[in-house]
Amino acid sequence: MGAYVLHRLAATIPVMAVVALVVFSLLYLAPGDPAAVIAGDQATQAEIDAIRRKLMLDQPYHVRLGAWLASLLRGDLGVSIFSNIPVSTLIKQRLEPTIALTITTMIVAITLALPLGIIAAWRAGRWIDQFVMLFAVLGFSAPVFVVGYALIWLFAIELRWLPVQGYRSYAEGFVPFLRSVALPSLALGLTYTALIARITRASMIEELSKDYIRTARAKGVGEFRLLERHALKNAAIPITTIIGVGVALLIGGVVVTESVFAIPGLGRLTVDAILRRDYPVIQGVILVFAGVKVLINLIVDLLYVVFDPRIRY
Amino acid sequence: MSSSIPASGTERRVARLLRRVFRHRGIAIGGTLLAAIVAVSLGASLITAVDPQDIDPVDRLMAPDATHPFGTDNLGRDIFARTLHGGRVSLLVGVSVAVLASTLGTLLGLVSGFLRVADAIVMRAMDGLMAIPTILLAIAMVALTKPSVLNVILAVTLVEVPRVARLVRSVVLTIREQPYVEAAITVGTKLPKLLLRHVLPNALAPLIVQATYIASSAILIESLLSFLGAGTPPEIPTWGNVVAEGRNYFQVASWIIFFPGLFLGLTVLAINLLGDGLRDLLDPQTARRL
Repeated sequence: MGAYVLHRLAATIPVMAVVALVVFSLLYLAPGDPAAVIAGDQATQAEIDAIRRKLMLDQPYHVRLGAWLASLLRGDLGVSIFSNIPVSTLIKQRLEPTIALTITTMIVAITLALPLGIIAAWRAGRWIDQFVMLFAVLGFSAPVFVVGYALIWLFAIELRWLPVQGYRSYAEGFVPFLRSVALPSLALGLTYTALIARITRASMIEELSKDYIRTARAKGVGEFRLLERHALKNAAIPITTIIGVGVALLIGGVVVTESVFAIPGLGRLTVDAILRRDYPVIQGVILVFAGVKVLINLIVDLLYVVFDPRIRY
Repeated sequence: MSSSIPASGTERRVARLLRRVFRHRGIAIGGTLLAAIVAVSLGASLITAVDPQDIDPVDRLMAPDATHPFGTDNLGRDIFARTLHGGRVSLLVGVSVAVLASTLGTLLGLVSGFLRVADAIVMRAMDGLMAIPTILLAIAMVALTKPSVLNVILAVTLVEVPRVARLVRSVVLTIREQPYVEAAITVGTKLPKLLLRHVLPNALAPLIVQATYIASSAILIESLLSFLGAGTPPEIPTWGNVVAEGRNYFQVASWIIFFPGLFLGLTVLAINLLGDGLRDLLDPQTARRL
């Protein structure tokens, strides 16, 4: 077990190295001169050259890559070209809304998806199952921003139950916070809910067809206990995997959802940085997102062992 | 999968498959829906004589009526014409990315499945690419080059390639262990023939299914890129662009977003239904697991 954890941890190093290489190369190849942008319109050529030397832009690829990786290992993500604020500070400032939105979305999606998937499997082939499957297909196909605007139109403009846009921090009170993240969580969580419901249904159907379920039924175990104690416990591995893997889906969706609902999180930071070509910020945010994704995959892999003690590495 | 089956047998099998294809509900609904969307997008100029770029200050932000079935935007442009024309770019992106990513991914998958030396390098690169969230990688690539349809296609292709490469590699690894492939290698079958005769036929079914999902995912990503302002240039009407332009007028003119959004959702739905159906028929093993 300990050896497996170490092995699995070590495996993340080459992945992150490739990510860093891709991110650096992408911006190395990008057109435009960051030095000219920083210097501004009034700058002389000498000033631009000075900035270029300071940022090592006059150095060859491998030298710049080496310097960039070295500062990365010290935890230094560079300084924003646009605002002159360290990238790590910018990221910290924007972290809260994104984390809050991700967590509420996960809660909403899991509480909706698990019962839907379990009931669909229990009543496989009946109308409720057909309904859940239809919902799953629709959920996969609906673009996040279209769902977002549809929800705003219904709940904020027509019914006036919830605010149209904006984010209220948890510190401003629980109710305003919940009201501000309700619609974004639903919009962002739709695809995720569909995904979890579908996998839950499939793995529950598989478990319910097994011999031990028939034995339990014959023994007179109640239906609820049968589903919850016997089948769900054994179906937990694929469900956990998809909950974890699906978080990656959320990371992409967060960028769009924050744009639709004007939430000042990491997603907004990314989009703004890309539109302004603020290279260090783009690099930093992509690295952070990729790091989170790799970390989640790691946790999911380690959770296998917890859910199924038979798995020994 | 082998040519030793007499032609009449193959024909019978194809006929049976086709019958099953047409009888499948998902394929029937998805196929019809997709055909309709392709038809109205390609025939946009025949269906409406209105130029999607025509600015008409008098008819600004008009609600849907007889002259403008889907209403107009803040510049008085006809949303019906813009939505129909907008489908062209989406479909082009979907098809191009599906073809490019499948081809590139198959090549990479074959190489890493057969050459142990290449395997480690290719798969580490694919793992790295897959670790970067799809949309972020795509927007970063488009934003750092120049917004154009071609760059969008290339960016989304790069994002989708790892999925295909992994799929093909896993097929190769399974096939390699099969006794009949070992036998073929033993009797000295050359690599090209081995690939063509044994590996590709086995990979084809999951590849076709994967390609349909890639097409729908590419269409979604294109619209998200355009929506975020890092995709197709704004002067080309695409579903994402029309929605993006409607954002500021959403509270007074929701139709600007509603109709292109509906078409986008229906297109993705149609392709997904088609993909699910094809998976049921071509790849029953995976289908049973989902």
